Amino acid sequence: MSTTTNTTQATETLAKQLALVIDLNVCVGCHACVTSCKQWNTSGSAGPLGDENAYGANPTGTFFNRVQTWEAGSFPETETIHFPKSCLHCEDPPCVPVCPTGASYKRAEDGIVLVDYDKCIGCKYCAWACPYGARELDEERQVMTKCTLCVDRIYDEKMAPEDRKPACVKACPTGARLFGDVKDPESEVSKAIRERGGYSLMPEWGTQPANQYLPRQRTGPLAAEGAASSEGADGVKRVSP
Amino acid sequence: MKPAFSVISFTTVAGAGQGLAVALAFATLSGVPLGPTFLPLCLAVALVLLGAGLVASFFHLGHPERAWRAMAMWRTSWLSREVIVLPLFMALVFVWLILAWRSPGHAASGALAVLTLLLAAALWVCTAQIYACLRFIQEWAHPLTLVNFTLIGLSSGLVLTSALAAIRAEAAMLAATLPWALTLTFAAWACRTAALMRNAGLKPKSSAQSATGIAAARLVQKSMGMSAGAFNTREFFHGATDAFVRHVRWAVHGLAFALPALLMMAARDASAAQASWLCAAVAAQVAGVLAERWLFFAQARHPQNLYYQAVS
Repeated sequence: MSTTTNTTQATETLAKQLALVIDLNVCVGCHACVTSCKQWNTSGSAGPLGDENAYGANPTGTFFNRVQTWEAGSFPETETIHFPKSCLHCEDPPCVPVCPTGASYKRAEDGIVLVDYDKCIGCKYCAWACPYGARELDEERQVMTKCTLCVDRIYDEKMAPEDRKPACVKACPTGARLFGDVKDPESEVSKAIRERGGYSLMPEWGTQPANQYLPRQRTGPLAAEGAASSEGADGVKRVSP
Repeated sequence: MKPAFSVISFTTVAGAGQGLAVALAFATLSGVPLGPTFLPLCLAVALVLLGAGLVASFFHLGHPERAWRAMAMWRTSWLSREVIVLPLFMALVFVWLILAWRSPGHAASGALAVLTLLLAAALWVCTAQIYACLRFIQEWAHPLTLVNFTLIGLSSGLVLTSALAAIRAEAAMLAATLPWALTLTFAAWACRTAALMRNAGLKPKSSAQSATGIAAARLVQKSMGMSAGAFNTREFFHGATDAFVRHVRWAVHGLAFALPALLMMAARDASAAQASWLCAAVAAQVAGVLAERWLFFAQARHPQNLYYQAVS
């Protein structure tokens, strides 16, 4: 009896896989991606994202994206790391095969993992099956919700081409969020992953997340090292993670 | 994980119904002499238990009116398979009930009994694999999950069969089932204890470091990104104290296994009032198995919890 029947099926390799690449080196933890995500996704044709007790002592609501804060190292050698977290659009998404209705699916044309809200019965099994906690049951609509990579935005030909990006990417003031096709070796995201040591979260579970993270880098003192330094004009020394 | 009461009561009640149907199937196949009303009565009890479990499972759904859609993905989803097998099993028990009631001793009884054994086993496999297939919930992703769902279902079903046989003064049936009820209760106790020991020694494969990719020896979350709760903080944390969980563990050992076994031994050795001892065993075990299912959820440590450790 295999205990992994649902999760280790051979998934075809898609020709295109849209994804986000999150640059932890420049995220300043401003939460602009959180609020822009909420604004865009609560205003679409799928209906508003639930918000209970929005002005009460314990507000709770549906968010597709969060920015967390972590502290690494021991004082005084500590680093504060702001860590944006959303659905990783896994290439082998464990949330999809467990769905009993087929409401959870991965699009063959661009690899986005989506939920068909009209088919979802709200059994929460897909959320149990996601090791990242990327899915949230909307308490008002009682259906499972998650990041859509702004699928209702990135293909909208009524928008200017430069606006056809996820709302979080457009909102980020530091450019910490890159968006593109990770299967195209010449894309901005593929180059960033290649050149900056992009990595996956929880690689131990073999989910092959499409979203990748770029590690923090040590920034040298600008004045002391100067523009002539081998570290480059930006004063940034590239170090392996 | 947060124990979902709908799922806890569903698996407890339906498991006992399956065990009862299995006991009746074995009794039929091995030719245990039964009074004319005993078989249909017990099949009706099994059907009511399975139906009650089905009703309880609906309370787990955000959109119960769409539940029929859950039959669609049987190729990949154990939940979908369970949603197909449970009504099939109920239909089979219903057909057998009608046959046992209208024409006892019908030639098809044997075939129906064999089918009952097969579908009961299939339902235990589906139910257990729903949990065991989630590879990153290490407490669940193990063959002991299937063994325990099956053995605990068989144990509770056989204790119930014995109680019903004692109430209806079916001496032959009681003599056949009571030793099996005792044996399976001890077997279930041993295997559940093995799972508890395995859980106690498990090392989580995921860590804050693997969850974030930040390779620092000391890595602590300062903020989960929100000041109040969310689905992620409600669904995956049981919220009980360690002391409470320890008490539940003792309740599992005592109520699901030890006390029913003692009461069954008392019934075995009693010259009268066997039914009272066995009804007490059923009552203790129902409470014990509910506690066992609660613990099954509470002990499961979901890796997503690594991302939800600190509010600020």
